[in-house]
Amino acid sequence: MSVRIRVNGVEKTLDVDPEMPLLWALRDVLGLTGTKYGCGQALCGACTVHLDGQVVRACVTPVRRADGRAVTTIEGLAPDGSHPLQRAWVELAVPQCGYCQAGQIMTAAALLKAKPKPTDDEIEQSMAGNLCRCGAYSRIRAAIRKVAGMPEGEQ
Amino acid sequence: MHQRLLPFAVAFVFAGCGGPTADAPKGSTALRKVAPGELRTPADFAGIEDTRARSSALFLEASRVLTHPRCVNCHPNGDIPHQGMNMQLHDPPAVRGPDNHGVVGMECTSCHQDRNQELTRVPGAPHWALAPIQMAWVGKSPHEICEQMKDPKRNGGKSLAAIVEHNAHDALVGWGWHPGADREPVPGTQEQFGAIVAAWVESGAACPAKGARP
Ligand code: FES
Ligand code: FES
Repeated sequence: MSVRIRVNGVEKTLDVDPEMPLLWALRDVLGLTGTKYGCGQALCGACTVHLDGQVVRACVTPVRRADGRAVTTIEGLAPDGSHPLQRAWVELAVPQCGYCQAGQIMTAAALLKAKPKPTDDEIEQSMAGNLCRCGAYSRIRAAIRKVAGMPEGEQ
Repeated sequence: MHQRLLPFAVAFVFAGCGGPTADAPKGSTALRKVAPGELRTPADFAGIEDTRARSSALFLEASRVLTHPRCVNCHPNGDIPHQGMNMQLHDPPAVRGPDNHGVVGMECTSCHQDRNQELTRVPGAPHWALAPIQMAWVGKSPHEICEQMKDPKRNGGKSLAAIVEHNAHDALVGWGWHPGADREPVPGTQEQFGAIVAAWVESGAACPAKGARP
């Protein structure tokens, strides 16, 4: 089956098994390796991308679900790395190993688009599915708060 | 709040499905013994002459499905879904959100697809979501669930005919019989369950007494 997906603004036609996880299509077929494979079971958030603006875990999303729709990955968030979250991530030196960070940023970007001024509880609830084995949670939260124009420490 | 209620809910659910057979309601013609995974048919209730008693008994039979963790887990009485036969809180931590579909970044459909994902064991069905809080079943008795199900203010404005249709054919309801992976399905089949619910409505949609259990 061929699947047509708009990936980071570019139309792509993929000749793949419709049940192939979107993550495989992105990484192995399209070479977009910014999105990471962590657990493969929707438990860690490393593979988070946007499907028509909504957060999905690419590891459990069959590629057929993306047919005719738009997918945004970390590479497409701001191709030059100028998204306010990316800049805040650099300024606050958020990542440690970095493996979880593409997923963290993609979830945070969806959150701030829907709620530019989230409460601490809203940040917590939205980010709860993105794990960080290095434990960079406090810097991740601080960077989100910085972009939202809130004090970087929790209130 | 629901965490405090959970032991009661679990005890209640196990009381409903724990034994080798589901017992007949007291004071009525003895019902056919069935295995925990089997549902009785409307014909099994024909011997109950009193229409009201028959209707109540039919609802109690339906409650063997309705109170199963597979159904109750997404009818929480708080803001967090449950999962598993032990009804543990959903992990990863998901919350109800403003419209029962989760919150931005953690929508139900961020992970759950329109069908089960067998390799990853993530369950899925069309329009995966939590039941609204008015339809909370965790910690509720068959009597309470019955009263809620008949109340248009708490059942999504459904008529009794719409309730029958929903239970008999809705794809998300139907997931209970096809939960995928190694999950225990609810008893019987959706078709049998639909027939029991239809027979309950046809016999007057009576609710079981407060303490009644299947
Ligand atoms: S790799 Fe998809 S959630 Fe972990
Ligand atoms: S920075 Fe290492 S897992 Fe998050």
